[in-house]
Amino acid sequence: MEIIMIVLAGILFGFAVYNILQKRLLRIIIGTALLSHAAHLFILTMGKLKRGASPVLTEGTENYTDPLPQALILTSIVISFGVTSLLLVLAYRTVKTNGTDNMEELRGNNHD
Amino acid sequence: MTNFAILPILIPFLAGILLAFTHKRILLTRRLAMMFALINVAAMTFLLILVLTEGSIVLETGNWMAPYGIILVLDPLSALLILTTSIILLAAVWYAPSSVSEEQESFYFYTFIFLLVTGVSGAFVTGDLFNLFVFFEVLLMASYALITHGGKKVQLRESIKYVLINLFSSMLFVTAISYIYAVLGTVNMAQLAERAAAADQLGIITTVAILLFFVFATKGAAFPLYYWLPRSYIVPNPVVSALFGALLTKVGVYSLIRTFTLIFHQQPEIMDQLFIWIGNLTMLFGVIGALASRNIKLIVAYNIIPAIGFMLVGIGIFNNDGLSGSIYYLLQDMIVKAALFLLAGTIATLAGTSDISKMGGMIRSHPALGWMFFLAGLVLAGVPPFSGFIGKLLLVRGAFEKGETATVIIMLLTSLLILLSIVRAFIQVFWGEGETGSEQKRKHLRHLIPAGFLMLFTVFLGIGAEAILPTVQHIADYLLNPQAYMELVLKEGR
Repeated sequence: MEIIMIVLAGILFGFAVYNILQKRLLRIIIGTALLSHAAHLFILTMGKLKRGASPVLTEGTENYTDPLPQALILTSIVISFGVTSLLLVLAYRTVKTNGTDNMEELRGNNHD
Repeated sequence: MTNFAILPILIPFLAGILLAFTHKRILLTRRLAMMFALINVAAMTFLLILVLTEGSIVLETGNWMAPYGIILVLDPLSALLILTTSIILLAAVWYAPSSVSEEQESFYFYTFIFLLVTGVSGAFVTGDLFNLFVFFEVLLMASYALITHGGKKVQLRESIKYVLINLFSSMLFVTAISYIYAVLGTVNMAQLAERAAAADQLGIITTVAILLFFVFATKGAAFPLYYWLPRSYIVPNPVVSALFGALLTKVGVYSLIRTFTLIFHQQPEIMDQLFIWIGNLTMLFGVIGALASRNIKLIVAYNIIPAIGFMLVGIGIFNNDGLSGSIYYLLQDMIVKAALFLLAGTIATLAGTSDISKMGGMIRSHPALGWMFFLAGLVLAGVPPFSGFIGKLLLVRGAFEKGETATVIIMLLTSLLILLSIVRAFIQVFWGEGETGSEQKRKHLRHLIPAGFLMLFTVFLGIGAEAILPTVQHIADYLLNPQAYMELVLKEGR
């Protein structure tokens, strides 16, 4: 199970980086969203997948699911959600003011 | 008593929230912001004195015992950096009314500044690797708002790159944390240090450490990951540039100092060389960028990079002189960079352009501004008796002790080139023909007071080095001996 999840995370990382390297702004943003999904899956897998066990409810349980990765993922999801929405608004404004969504054309020159 | 450790986060956070409510009444907001900044400096001075006299403060939030909950650790290093941050915040709030338009000020400008400082202080006090990521995000979120504040065409264009590079490195940070969790099974820094010291899989720990190094090197703008920095730091308002230049990259450097002295020092022969050579290349490439530029703000922004190189070399040297050199350099560089950005911003505002080849003869109408810029250049280059000299002296001594002669040569060459880049800008702007900015003769005085206030500190850090140096050397000793940190945090349960 862990192997499948890691391969999936790897594929997501690959797609994410491919999208980030594109020129269109929207493709780049989709890339960053995929990247955060990949990272979250990765945290889940790194904490070892264990099914059918409850988190620590009583003292002295031997068989339990590790709650820490889930707490980390939850925090990270909230943060990347916020950043992605901010990025979308920022990209919208940038396209409106600069008149292009092509990263090649969003370059400065030495005079400004 | 232990609850004091949360003050560095709580004061700026509450100030930021309160200022959001008064944002439409500009005069009241300014006064309140100034008051909160002063309260912050006073509280942080108190905390530093408390930490130095009574020992470090550890707060276990929510009474969750050390390795399980989130730990806030206020040790001498964090307390010193937080005090410096609060001083820079004070200068920024002081300078803001004279350079930010009223419309911008009323749009939550001070709220974002205080939230930025919340994130920075939080990153300095936290004792938990994942919590460090969270505070990075807090400060980055505020910085995204500040860098786009005003919404000019060029600002939006550069800030989208800034947001993307930071987002990417944040995700790498999360990935690195999950690797660390898989290998060592914890995210508490003290427990990580304990387990890393006992671990036998050195290869995998070093690999993960290098991934983490690249994350912090991106945030801290080390070679070859600095290319995003100069252009995005010059687009916002001078106050914001000063805060970014003084604080953001330094949080990256602090994280490197903290994690690599405490946790990842199992294979010094690899890590030390990595730090020293990345540091050397950072110094050279950064200063070349500064020399190649003809824009006054860009010259100052490029000068951030060699300073990062000096600090990295100090971590790589890894003896008392090297580390205390790094910390001393970190402290003084925060202050002098803030001052330089404020001065460069003032020059650009007065001249109406930031291209140095279009300016000239400014010393006739603005002598005080000119000499302060010159003085800041001397501090930056490390001319005695100013503060840059003390940091560089320690670094050079440490490098000789370790036998890194090549590094010493590069450090001295870089210092010379930094001096050249600043003095060249000084000559272009202030000497020669021309009457740049002479029509605004009187107006610039209130621009100068906050920068002058910061310059006083750098001069004090140089001339009064004997008062501060023992503390810094004590901190370096403390960093060289991670056992002290582990005992401090994990005292319960053993």
